[in-house]
Amino acid sequence: MKYRTRLSLDVFFKFVFKTTGLLVLALLGGILAMLIYNSFSFFLDVRPLDFITGMEWNPTAKIPKYGMVPLILSTTLVTLGAMVIAIPLGIGTAAFISEYASPKLKNILKPTIEMLAAIPSVVIGFLGIVVVSPGLANLADLSNGLNALNGAILLAVMALPTIITIAEDAIHAVPQAYKEASYAVGATKWQTLRKVIIPAAAPGIIAAVMLGVGRAIGETMTVLMATGNASILPTSMFDSVKTMTATIAIEMGEVPYQTTHYFALYAIATVLFIMTLAANMLGEYFINRFRKYHAA
Amino acid sequence: MKTKLSAENLNISFGAKHVLKNVNVEFSENEITALIGPSGCGKSTLLRSFNRMHDLSSDAKITGSLKLENLDLYSKTVPVTEIRKRIGMVFQKANPFPKSIYENIAYGLKINNLPHDKAVIEKALREAFLWEEVKGDLKMPATRLSGGQQQRLCIARAVALRPEVILMDEPCSALDPVSTLKIEELISHLKEKYTIVIVTHNMQQAQRIADKTVFMYLGEVKEEGPTSQIFGNPLNEMTTNYITGQFG
Amino acid sequence: MQHKTRALSSVIEWGTLLLSTLLVCFFLVVVIWEIVSKGAGQLSWEFVSTIPSNGMTEGGIITPIIGTVLLTLITAIFSIPFGVACAIYLQEYADDTWLTRTIRASIRNLSGVPSIIYGLFGLALFVQAFQFGTSLIAAGLTLGLLSLPYIITTTEEALMRIPNSVREAALAVGATKFETIKDVIIPSAMSGILTGVVLTLSRAAGETAPILFTGAAFYINGTSGFINQEFMALPYHLYMLSTQHQSIDEVRPIAYGTALVLIIVVFFLNLTAFYIRYKYRKNEN
Repeated sequence: MKYRTRLSLDVFFKFVFKTTGLLVLALLGGILAMLIYNSFSFFLDVRPLDFITGMEWNPTAKIPKYGMVPLILSTTLVTLGAMVIAIPLGIGTAAFISEYASPKLKNILKPTIEMLAAIPSVVIGFLGIVVVSPGLANLADLSNGLNALNGAILLAVMALPTIITIAEDAIHAVPQAYKEASYAVGATKWQTLRKVIIPAAAPGIIAAVMLGVGRAIGETMTVLMATGNASILPTSMFDSVKTMTATIAIEMGEVPYQTTHYFALYAIATVLFIMTLAANMLGEYFINRFRKYHAA
Repeated sequence: MKTKLSAENLNISFGAKHVLKNVNVEFSENEITALIGPSGCGKSTLLRSFNRMHDLSSDAKITGSLKLENLDLYSKTVPVTEIRKRIGMVFQKANPFPKSIYENIAYGLKINNLPHDKAVIEKALREAFLWEEVKGDLKMPATRLSGGQQQRLCIARAVALRPEVILMDEPCSALDPVSTLKIEELISHLKEKYTIVIVTHNMQQAQRIADKTVFMYLGEVKEEGPTSQIFGNPLNEMTTNYITGQFG
Repeated sequence: MQHKTRALSSVIEWGTLLLSTLLVCFFLVVVIWEIVSKGAGQLSWEFVSTIPSNGMTEGGIITPIIGTVLLTLITAIFSIPFGVACAIYLQEYADDTWLTRTIRASIRNLSGVPSIIYGLFGLALFVQAFQFGTSLIAAGLTLGLLSLPYIITTTEEALMRIPNSVREAALAVGATKFETIKDVIIPSAMSGILTGVVLTLSRAAGETAPILFTGAAFYINGTSGFINQEFMALPYHLYMLSTQHQSIDEVRPIAYGTALVLIIVVFFLNLTAFYIRYKYRKNEN
């Protein structure tokens, strides 16, 4: 190939590659623009204050109600429940894999966790309907088990791989020197784990939790299938709940284009976006702390 | 002796760091010149400026002139790929392409529109003292060769392009003594056809193979001359201190 | 005495951690066991090759299978070139400017965006603005956008693993930057890139939320295949069979069968990725 052709190809592809980078920016910008535009259209009809503090979500009633509180409460309840289950299990498993498991065992456990992560959310939701729900109904003597607790259990299963993987990285990255110093003064493995390793891995573990939270908040299918979807203010884990994501999923399919209801769903999406963004940015902040700390 | 490669009033900075200061140096044709000096003295920076490897650094600033005979190496009219064909480089750690032995040599020839048939490949491998060891399986991935063999492959790759100059940046520093000697023997052979500039930390190596030696310190050329003179009867006090191991 | 209590407590401690690990593995076992045991009965050549009939209570699931395959294909065609190209830009060309940092931050944020929001975006952009309507192409492009951040990240990681010395070697023999990337870097990063691609596609195949409003339908005439029409897909099929069907109990076995097929597809893709990764690690050493 002549040199001039080679040079032109070089220049051409540099341009192509650079453009794709800008495309990514355009994508994020597009999503933001869509959310902002539609939310704005919503707030032309409904006051933001009513939206944020309203206690009833009933857009199809004679006098439509667009209160977000039941939805936020539902999402929070389910996420919190999921974290109560997933955090101890996740950190415990991460600690086990990192500190106690033999290399052979590690080679079995790590792919197992990856497999768990690979299960599609709709399948987990299905499990919620056919296994967890009847189980809960039996245990708690309910008519059916489609409630917040069901959702919490399932979300825990979905968040666990994320939490375990990142926490295990963090625990594994704690310098050998710290562990040796602890053993040298006579501490047991457990004491070293609890008092030296986990605190040292804290930024990474917090990151793991934050990313797990982000995952749980944004999950749609699992909660859609397993939590009952009643638009009420939840009062206990055994209540049927309707999360923000489920609301969007259910109602978007039926809502007429560009009505207040339609815009309302985008407003929920915006709040959802902000919440997951916050969780992910916090997670990232802690990952940076953990990396910097480790490099030092 | 004809001057093959030269630098005149060369100054190189990376951002605020002024790495080479008013360097003036000439390398003669078909000779081996060694660049020695303590870490950070700028010898690698000087070496790499000849085949324009600093083009990769966005904050590099180069002033002064660098010439291959009469050709200005940084002239806008000469393609950089042409320069790199005429001035080859062997690196500190052997870096064969993740391809077969055959492809490693053929690749450079292909993109420069040079013949790349088996005869050419064999010739290059023979010149690099590697043919006998690999002729049985040229399709083998180059990464399976030993460190010394990989480095000889890199030399074969460089000579295949029939350059005029070969720049070597501490080519033996990652190798064991036996491989090192083999490669030194190879380098001595190569000077019949090529002009060679070799950066080395190993003063004994410089004494073994180099015709001329240039001693650098903190970005400046402190002394240059025939190897025997630099090591036997240095004129500069710094040179004496360095070669007697008082620093560096 | 102290010794005995200490020994006992360390066993309890080790036991607790082991227990939590076992519980997590137990979740995986439960999922697989439940679906395999109740779904295996459904699996037959007939099941995967006939179309659903009689209100979905009979027949097979070939239509959703084809739909999922086509969907994944479109996702791949769109996201792989863009994703790999963007990663090449970031790794090989971009200087460390605010623009580069912004692009990287955007990618990280995009990977944390919930999939339902991608669904909304796909609805607004492809279905409505571009006027593709609810269709295979709209849903495929939406999944493509969802997959983009992940492909970019994994490709970047693969490119980062290539030592700079190899790039310098190529330049030193006179290659242009593009030739270096095309002939040396991409071939050596290939297994890392492939692993990321296959994992991403396996995720896309299992996604439901983004296709909810962009084209997935519960029933269509004939088979899916028209790019501008609605389609059936495995995850959506499973969702509908288990929640929206009129006779949920009657179609429950088919739901199990669908779940099993979906899991098989996803696990197969994942195992393929593991295999590529494993072979790559073996070659490295």
